[in-house]
Amino acid sequence: MKQSTSASPPASGFTRRKFLQGSGAAAAATVLATTGGEALADHHGDEVIAGETTITLHVNGQNRQAVVEPRTTLLEVLRYQFELTGAKPVSADGSSGASTVLIDGKPMMASTLLALSVRDKKIETVESVSQRNSGAVPAAFVEYDAQQCGFCTPGFVVAVRAFLDKNPNASEAEIRAGLNGNVCRCGTYANVLQAVIALVKGGPRG
Amino acid sequence: MANVQYQWPSASAAQLLGTRQRRLDGADKSTGAAKYTYDVNLPKQLIVKALDCPHAHCRIKSIDTSAARRVPGVVHVHVIKTPKKDADGNTVLPEVLFQGELLVAVAAETEGAAAEGVGKLKVEYEVLEPFVSEEELDAAVQAQRAKEGRPRVSIQAEPDDDVEDEEQFENDEIERLFREAKYVVEGYYGIDAITHCCLEPHGTTLHWQDGRLVAYLSTQNVSGCDDGFAAALDMTADDVDVHCEYIGGGFGSKFRPDYWGIAAAEISKKTGRPVKFMLERDQELMIAGNRPSGYLNVKLGADEKGVVQIWDSAQWGTSGVTGGGVADKWIPYVYEPPNYRRRSTFITTNTDQSRAWRAPNHPQACAMSQTAYDDLAAKMGANSYDIFERNLKHISSRQKAEVYAEEMKIGARLMDWQAKWHPHGKGPRRGSVVDGLGMAIHMWGGGANASTCQVKIHPDGGVESYCGTQDLGTGTRTICAMVLAETFGLPISAVNANIGTSKFPFSGASGGSTTVGAVAESHRRAGQDALAQLCEKVGEKLGVKPASLVAAAGRIHVAGKPDEGLSWREACSLLGMRPLEVTATFKRGQKTPLSDEGVGGVQMAHVEVDTATGQVRVKKIVAVQDMGLVLNPQTAESQIYGGVIMGIAYSLFEQRIMDPKTGAFLNSNLANYRLPRLGDVGEIVVEIYEPPDQRERGVIGLGEPPVISGGAAISNAVCNATGVRVPVLPMTPDRVLAAIKSQGRASS
Amino acid sequence: MNNFAYAQPRRLESLLALLSPTPGETEVLAGGTDLVGLLRERVLTPERVVNVCDVEELQGVHEVPEGGALALGAAMRLDELHEHPLLESYTALHQAICGLRSLQYQAQSTLGGELCRRPRCWYFRAGHGLLADGGRLIREGDNRYHAIFDNAGPAKFVSASRLAPALIALDARAVLVGPEPEYLSVVPLEELYQTPIDESQRETILQPNQVLAQILLPQADASAAVASAAYEVRHGEGPDDPLAAAAVSLQIESGVVRQAKLVLGQVAPTPRVADTASRLLVGHAVDQLRAEAAGRAAVADATPLSRNEYKVQLAEVAATRAILKAAGLATGGFDE
Repeated sequence: MKQSTSASPPASGFTRRKFLQGSGAAAAATVLATTGGEALADHHGDEVIAGETTITLHVNGQNRQAVVEPRTTLLEVLRYQFELTGAKPVSADGSSGASTVLIDGKPMMASTLLALSVRDKKIETVESVSQRNSGAVPAAFVEYDAQQCGFCTPGFVVAVRAFLDKNPNASEAEIRAGLNGNVCRCGTYANVLQAVIALVKGGPRG
Repeated sequence: MANVQYQWPSASAAQLLGTRQRRLDGADKSTGAAKYTYDVNLPKQLIVKALDCPHAHCRIKSIDTSAARRVPGVVHVHVIKTPKKDADGNTVLPEVLFQGELLVAVAAETEGAAAEGVGKLKVEYEVLEPFVSEEELDAAVQAQRAKEGRPRVSIQAEPDDDVEDEEQFENDEIERLFREAKYVVEGYYGIDAITHCCLEPHGTTLHWQDGRLVAYLSTQNVSGCDDGFAAALDMTADDVDVHCEYIGGGFGSKFRPDYWGIAAAEISKKTGRPVKFMLERDQELMIAGNRPSGYLNVKLGADEKGVVQIWDSAQWGTSGVTGGGVADKWIPYVYEPPNYRRRSTFITTNTDQSRAWRAPNHPQACAMSQTAYDDLAAKMGANSYDIFERNLKHISSRQKAEVYAEEMKIGARLMDWQAKWHPHGKGPRRGSVVDGLGMAIHMWGGGANASTCQVKIHPDGGVESYCGTQDLGTGTRTICAMVLAETFGLPISAVNANIGTSKFPFSGASGGSTTVGAVAESHRRAGQDALAQLCEKVGEKLGVKPASLVAAAGRIHVAGKPDEGLSWREACSLLGMRPLEVTATFKRGQKTPLSDEGVGGVQMAHVEVDTATGQVRVKKIVAVQDMGLVLNPQTAESQIYGGVIMGIAYSLFEQRIMDPKTGAFLNSNLANYRLPRLGDVGEIVVEIYEPPDQRERGVIGLGEPPVISGGAAISNAVCNATGVRVPVLPMTPDRVLAAIKSQGRASS
Repeated sequence: MNNFAYAQPRRLESLLALLSPTPGETEVLAGGTDLVGLLRERVLTPERVVNVCDVEELQGVHEVPEGGALALGAAMRLDELHEHPLLESYTALHQAICGLRSLQYQAQSTLGGELCRRPRCWYFRAGHGLLADGGRLIREGDNRYHAIFDNAGPAKFVSASRLAPALIALDARAVLVGPEPEYLSVVPLEELYQTPIDESQRETILQPNQVLAQILLPQADASAAVASAAYEVRHGEGPDDPLAAAAVSLQIESGVVRQAKLVLGQVAPTPRVADTASRLLVGHAVDQLRAEAAGRAAVADATPLSRNEYKVQLAEVAATRAILKAAGLATGGFDE
């Protein structure tokens, strides 16, 4: 594709329909117009936040207040304000997975989430995730020695928990394909693999 | 007190040694509770971020910090790279010799403000010509960046040889040896520079307390870094405490406070506030450690059996800005033919100076030479196994040829080598996929470092120990507790082993696989000394000779008669009111029955290569490793798994990519600095070789050896699969395709 | 990173009102896996960041009233797409999502964010601009991961989206809205992308105050089942960018291809529709030789740079194997 075909703002006097370009535009417009109901009462809406502001984050089952700027990442809040240092700063771009936390139950990287963007979400860090299912994941990591220096380990533990929640009966091939979002430098992958295989075999407790 | 005979219990008598023990800090690490340097937050601490130089070679003309100082939240700006005066009092502009060098540090209330402050620094540079093309010897010579080392030659002279003109004699002899050789192989091999890429970047969190410096430092050397801080800050080491409970990777790059650690201390002093100064990821890759590159041309000659008789090589490479390169001493690796000539050229590049990288020199030496031995097998149409075995006739290693031979047999069995073997390039093809086998062998010293341990036995039976060592993730903490528990006949949980600060008795830096021996020595000695003293009391009480007593299963009793004794607690109560404190020191190099040095090992790789894409996939790796007495098989195996995976990393993935034009480190982030992931490691089989005669040698370090031979083994497997040599590691898809194509051109 | 203002609107109308018409002044946050890193590295320095993830009009999969298409909200997360029952038959899309290899990226990235990922070009990421000194840095420097097509001008980066080739092969269209909700245009997804000729342009045609709101996918027609596949040549199992990629959709009737659309990824500043190669498939049964011929045709006019000739072969192989995979034949590569 080479040329722009986007609609440029038209002169006044056009009817709505004339702003629609391309086949299917009218139908798409209908979908957009009918998607979404009433805006929720508690939403942050159109408010533009600049400078420092105090927000509430729902972390590990508690509401906690944090002072943030728009640029403040969730990882910074967890580590500097909540003293939850399990999620680690390893890469600026999330390519290591070391800052993995659960946001509404899904694995995301706290280093690439702005703190403001996770208001109203349920945030779970390794300090809490690792206790789930009677601490089965860390127990397996210890049992199979799936850690050396340990700096990647908390991120791995959260990723494994999220993976098992979705794939409780994963095969070895699925485990090998499914846990590639985390980097380990010491080379604990073989042990992590053993730990996850054991967790799957262990059944519901895993 | 009787003279204590230091020794390990026999295999049958040992309660804990040799059994699988979970690492003591495993739960803390996997639940996020473990506090690393980066995780230590001190009240009112400032966050420091630094501006790194974007140019590989330049002079700093001026630095304007005014805008940075005005950024809200910025508290202090500290210029690291300041102009100097020459002898005549003229200002000399600072010269930067590689990208990433830190120029100015900005201390602020938050990470965001510090980073914004860094963005507001204005620096004028005079850009100079960089040179980073380390693989290109001719270019380096042309750029006057190359320096030849002294050749090393060893030619076996007969008594009647005329050696008046040594060089002429050598040349003639080498020519003759090649003429007489049944097989001659010429090859080019190399291995790119890689970085340490510790996941916890280098850095420190520190503060001053009443004129004393308390530094949490990510270091492999807690007992030595107080000196490092003190020397740079014009104070004495007694006024510095270094703490490192946990370290997020070191691999040989974290022995010193580094200049940014010193800057942190200066900023903290100036501002009167605690400071956290950790490198950013790209800075970590650019300036916090790399491994020298090496490239080598070789011609070797072998007899009809494939035993190499003459090796003639010329190598080059770089350790970075200070020149240097891979030591030729280890070439060819482990194997040492009767005749050889080795020439080296050292190249100076605009890249950071290298640091020790897990087994310095060895992985490169192995990858540049045992590949040639495999090419000899290919040329002969022989089974590589036979060539590697036959050449054990001429080795130079601290491990014995018989041990290697045994380890090769074990490896071959675990790999099912003979059944899977096919001659190079002659295996079956499935679609465009071929598979192949490769092997290589390695060696390492691993003698114990110096270490002191203080043991305290309380009258209530409590046991604690103090040692200024550190646990890099190797399981050191667990070993400390295990050794004392074994010595006292107690469960591991009964021992409180403390490490990780320079306040504790000195223990050497963790480098060169010296730590397990060090702490095993100091803890066993302190433990045996303490036990001997306790046995004096018990013997007195029971009316038996102290020498007849043993500690086992929570009791101190007469050997062979468990009933004739006291429980550990009863025994300790004989101490009266005061705890028993015993300190023992092991001096590096002293003669000892507890530890030794010199190990060997074999690795074998089975890979698949997609000849259409150049992708290499590891199917299986077998690692056979001796290490004398194995203390904790669990963590020992983990070390080997880790070494194997690092071998996969530098064989197939990681490389420092320098821009030939600008000298920039192009892939200084984890998105482009490729490391293997969980799905890349295939099946790894680890076998520890510990027959009685190896066990008797005592403890030998293990960290380095398993990382060494993976490169050559995987390269050889790729060659066996495809029938072509991919000369330089890592064997990225483009390089594999290029090798396949060049062979296609050669044969058509 | 620099400071900026932040907003998290719930309605499309609010979102559009928050976007500036001036390039670079506002940036859209659509997951964060790419933008936050770019902000931290100060490659982008907007005055305001607008988070689109909560905009209600950008959520969910909807059947378009007039039928024949599904509308996928641009703020949907990739794992939601992957698990959505209405999207099961779009095989290439699923394969592309799985190709990301990271649970975290799959959960955090949004459809719109993924399609608008900024190029990974290391000169761009180091702050040299999208075109890196009019292309000079790339031409004279290390271009091993750069474009092998459409690289004669200053732009030599490769389009970064991992999903775009699959969606284009599936005849997806992009719904662009802005500067006000009434201004809406629908373009074939391939036309979202452009090869910029100067630093004032980006790699998509989106104006600074325009957003990608939806992706329209033609609804599966039971009478003419479409087989599709995506194939990436990756350097390892990590989530980093593939070396070459291809996706294809084939409409096969009685064993004969009636329609085909082959798209290459990671080879040019835009996803590249391989028309000639696609035409080679029409009217024939897919077999190894036919797929190879199409693969060759797909790269016939490649113009590699000094260091990336190998990518021509990889693109050819990716194209060939995507076709074989879509047709249910063995690719000849590693077992997947």
